[in-house]
Amino acid sequence: MNQNRNEIVLQTQHLTKKFGGLTAVGQMDLKVHRGEIISLIGPNGAGKTTVFNVVTGIYKPDAGNVIFNGENIQGKKPHQIVAKGIARTFQNIRLFPNMTCLENIMAGQHCRGTAGVCASIFRTFGQKQEERRIKEISENCLRQIGLEKYKDELAKNVSYGNQKMLEIGRALATHPKLLVLDEPSSGLNPRESEDLIDFLKDLVKEDLTILIIEHDMKVVMGISDWVTVMDEGRKIAEGPPDKIYSDPLVIEAYLGKEEDDMEL
Amino acid sequence: MKNNTSFKSVRKLTTDKIWLLVVLVLFFVYPFMVSNYYIDVAFFFGIYALLGLSLNIVLGEVGLFDLGHAAFYAIGAYTTAILNTRFGIPIIVLLPVSAFAAGLFAYVVCSPVIHLKGDYLCIVTIGMGEIVRLALLNNPFDLTGGPNGVFGIDFPSFGIFEIDSSIKFYFLIWVVVALGIIGLIQLQHSRIGRAWNCIREDEIAAEANGIDVRYYKLLAFVLGAALAGVAGNIYASKLMIVSPESFSFMESCMLFCIVLIGGMGSIPGVVIGAAAISLFPEIFRPFAMYRMLIFGLVMILMMIFRPGGIWPRKRGVI
Repeated sequence: MNQNRNEIVLQTQHLTKKFGGLTAVGQMDLKVHRGEIISLIGPNGAGKTTVFNVVTGIYKPDAGNVIFNGENIQGKKPHQIVAKGIARTFQNIRLFPNMTCLENIMAGQHCRGTAGVCASIFRTFGQKQEERRIKEISENCLRQIGLEKYKDELAKNVSYGNQKMLEIGRALATHPKLLVLDEPSSGLNPRESEDLIDFLKDLVKEDLTILIIEHDMKVVMGISDWVTVMDEGRKIAEGPPDKIYSDPLVIEAYLGKEEDDMEL
Repeated sequence: MKNNTSFKSVRKLTTDKIWLLVVLVLFFVYPFMVSNYYIDVAFFFGIYALLGLSLNIVLGEVGLFDLGHAAFYAIGAYTTAILNTRFGIPIIVLLPVSAFAAGLFAYVVCSPVIHLKGDYLCIVTIGMGEIVRLALLNNPFDLTGGPNGVFGIDFPSFGIFEIDSSIKFYFLIWVVVALGIIGLIQLQHSRIGRAWNCIREDEIAAEANGIDVRYYKLLAFVLGAALAGVAGNIYASKLMIVSPESFSFMESCMLFCIVLIGGMGSIPGVVIGAAAISLFPEIFRPFAMYRMLIFGLVMILMMIFRPGGIWPRKRGVI
C-alpha cells in the first residue's frame, strides 16, 4: 500500500472557478497521493463541491490546471475523464431511478465497452461476449456492495442507504483509479456510516485512491490519511486529521471569531 | 429457489410464444378475410407503427421531446418521390437512400441544438417541422411541386415481382415493421439502449458515468429519422403521390400521442398506440363529429389513470 505513497495521482494547480462576481474556488492547490484517502472539509458554501465538479469536468475552470496521472485533463468532457479513471458520486443521489440495480451498475461499465450500433443490432460474436463480460463484472460489483439480492429491483425502490451504496457501486464499475465521493455518509445512520468506513478502507487496499467531501467528523477522523480544509473558496489548512482537529484556523472557519460575531 | 425462477421463466416463455403464434396467424389470415379497404387500414396501421417506433427511439428511449418528427418522414417521402419521378431510380433502391437522407438531415439540423433540454428542444423541433413543410409548399428549385406535391411514383418491385396491390403492400410494411422491431429489441438490450435510458433518467449522472450524452442523443435522432425515412419511402410508393399536407404539425402530434399512449420506451406499447391512433377514426366513423372530442377525453383519462401508457416497459431480468 505504501510503496507508491509519493506518487501523485491528482493535482490541481491554482484552480479558479468564478460564478459571476463570486469566486467559488480561488487559487486552489490540491495534491492527492496514490493509495490514500483524502478528505476535503469546510463549512457550507466553501466551494468543496465546485472543486469536485471542476475535477470531474462538469464545470470548466476559469484558470488553473487539473493534472491526473501526469496528464492535463482540464477542459475535457466528463465522460472522457471517466474513461481516464476518475469516477464520482453526487451529494444528492443521482441514480437512474427507473432502471434496475443491475442496469445501474452496468451503466458504469459503459465506458469500458466498444460495441456499436451494427454490432448491437446483429448481435455479433464480439458484442455477445462483451455483454456477458459487462454482466459478470456488474454482478460481482453488486455482490461487493452487498446488493446482489436487489439485482432486478428498480433503483428507486431500494432504501436510501442502499441507494447510496449503489451509487458508489456504479462509480466502481467504471474501474476508476480515483474515486471522488461527495458526502457519502450524509443521511446514513451511525451503523451504516461505520460499514461505509470499513468498505472504503478495503477499497484503498486494492490500490484505489479516494477523494471525499465529508461533514461527519467521525468519518473524517476515521478514514482520512490527509485532510484539506476549505473556506470561502480557498484552502486554509491541510495536514493529518489529528493536527487539523486542533488547528485554530479551522476552528475559526467553523465556529467564527468573537469579533466577527460583534460585527454581525 | 433457482429452479423455481427458471421454471417460471420457461412457463412465461411458452405463453409468450403462444401469443406470438396467435398474432402471426391473425396477421396472415386477416388480409384474406376482409375487403381491400380494411387491408389499407391495416397498412396505415403499419405505417403509423413504424413511425411510432422511430419516434420512440428519440422520445421513448432518450426522452427528447421531438414534435417535428413528421419532417423526417417528409424528407424520406420526398427523396423517394423526387428521385423516382425525375431519374427513374427504382423504389427499392431508394429505400436505403431515403433512410440515409433523413438521417443525414437529422444530423445536420440537430447537431447545433442537441444540447437544448426538454421544452426548449421541443420548440426547436416544432420549428424544424414547420420549416420543412413550408419549404416543400414553396416549391424550392421547382423540385417539390408546391401544394400539388409530386405524383406518378412507381410501385416498388423486386425484379419481376412488383408490389402493386393492397395485400402486397400490407405484407411489405409489416415485414419492415417486424424487422424494425427485432432491431430495436436488440438495441434495447445492448449498451446503446442502456445508455439511451440512462440519459433519459438523469443526463448529468449519465455523463458523469462515462456516457457520451451528445453522441448518444444525436445517434437516437439519426436512427429515428432514418426509420421515419423508410416509412416515408413506403408511404410515397403506396399512395403514388406525396404532398405537403401529409406532413403537417398535426401528424407530428399524432406520432407523439402514439408513443405517449402506448408507453414511452415500450415497443409493444408503441404498436398498440399506433393501433389506437390509426384504428380509432375507423371505429368512430359513425360519430365523426365527436371524434376529436372523444379522442381528447381519452387522452386526458389516459394521463390521469395510466400515465405510463397502455403497455409500459417492464424492466427486470435481463
